[in-house]
Amino acid sequence: MLQTSIWEFTPLLLRGALITIEVTLAATVAAVLCAFLSGFLRLSKSRILRLIGTVYVEVFRGTSLLVQLFWLYFALPILLDIHISAMSAAIAAIGLNYGAYGSEVVRSSIVSVPKGQYEAATALNMSPWLRMRRVVLPQALPLMLPSFGNLQIELLKGTSLVYLITLTDLTYQGMILRSYDSSKTPEIFAMLLFLYFILAYSFTWVIRFLERRTAKGRA
Amino acid sequence: MWDWSYAFQILPELANVLPITIAATVVGFAAACALGLPLSLARKSNYKAISYLALGWIEFIRSTPLLVQLFFLFYALPLYGISFSPFAAGVLGLGLHYSTYMSEVFRSGIDAVPAGQWEAAKALNFGKRRTWTNIILPQAVPPIIPVMGNYFITMFKETPLLSAITLVELLQTAKAIGSGSFRYLEAFTLVGLLFFLLSYPSSLLVGRLEKRFQRK
Repeated sequence: MLQTSIWEFTPLLLRGALITIEVTLAATVAAVLCAFLSGFLRLSKSRILRLIGTVYVEVFRGTSLLVQLFWLYFALPILLDIHISAMSAAIAAIGLNYGAYGSEVVRSSIVSVPKGQYEAATALNMSPWLRMRRVVLPQALPLMLPSFGNLQIELLKGTSLVYLITLTDLTYQGMILRSYDSSKTPEIFAMLLFLYFILAYSFTWVIRFLERRTAKGRA
Repeated sequence: MWDWSYAFQILPELANVLPITIAATVVGFAAACALGLPLSLARKSNYKAISYLALGWIEFIRSTPLLVQLFFLFYALPLYGISFSPFAAGVLGLGLHYSTYMSEVFRSGIDAVPAGQWEAAKALNFGKRRTWTNIILPQAVPPIIPVMGNYFITMFKETPLLSAITLVELLQTAKAIGSGSFRYLEAFTLVGLLFFLLSYPSSLLVGRLEKRFQRK
């Protein structure tokens, strides 16, 4: 009984999982960009740039992801009189939200690189950009990765919300299957949870691999 | 575009359901604490099986979405004869999900109590129960209050998810207002504003608490 239903459900759920992975990867790229950009803004010497970075972080951390998702998908098009696809609204909302959380990781990791490293790089006549790229970031990145790993799992879980703005992700396919035969609800949701768990674990492995890579050659 | 008079007209309707959002947060947080403490104790248990079981449970709940867990509680359990109201399923889901985060917080607090306190309790012939309630927990809990505060705010911001299991809270009300008049802009913006106005000052307050505990 159980086995036949599992085989029956798998193809549709896998198709949903593909969308979930797609949203997760695209939103991760967006979130990393937002995190670094706003992290640098908040470290800037200019007070205005610092303020912009802080306002972004506080606004997106202070309101909830689902509200941001709905706002971008339903409210922003009215405000600007444009059309936004569900996919781009999802990637933008998730990217901006987790980027705001990541911003603090970027900022605190860069700040924790010892001051002597900056001074040594300046003494070697490095430009600020070269100093950041060759001296500061290589030391800050390994500090960021564990926290980024945690955020990555949170982001993956956050993608389940895109079902509520009509994207056909893993959660959506589960709800569709359930509408065919609601007596199978427990099996369907158990499979959903299991698939999300597998996805989360795969992402954890990738991050651990990156952690080992960036730690290579360093004490 | 943006209509101020309309915004002021729907504001009372949104403010009306704010207590439901706050109640869901408070009850959910209480549930998370009540479930999180035994979970952290199970994790520290001397019996390997119990400790690993707790670890597996924590890992599983933490790496799967709250939304799907809510669906499970609300749609799947009734088939086994256990049905909840949207509010009950919502706070149970929130509590269950965040109890796994809370158990880690409790664990860090308990681990921070110096070993000498355990030894002293043993030397004074305190039983297991009295050691926990009179010696360990009173020292373990105060330093983690700011972290617990942060999770309280996080849970507050997760309550819009409960709209997906038909609980009429802030977001659900905004959706109803929006679909009634085809004006989503004002309703969703106000919801975002309300969340921000409540969560931002609270996070500043928690930040201050944190600084005070660090100075001690």
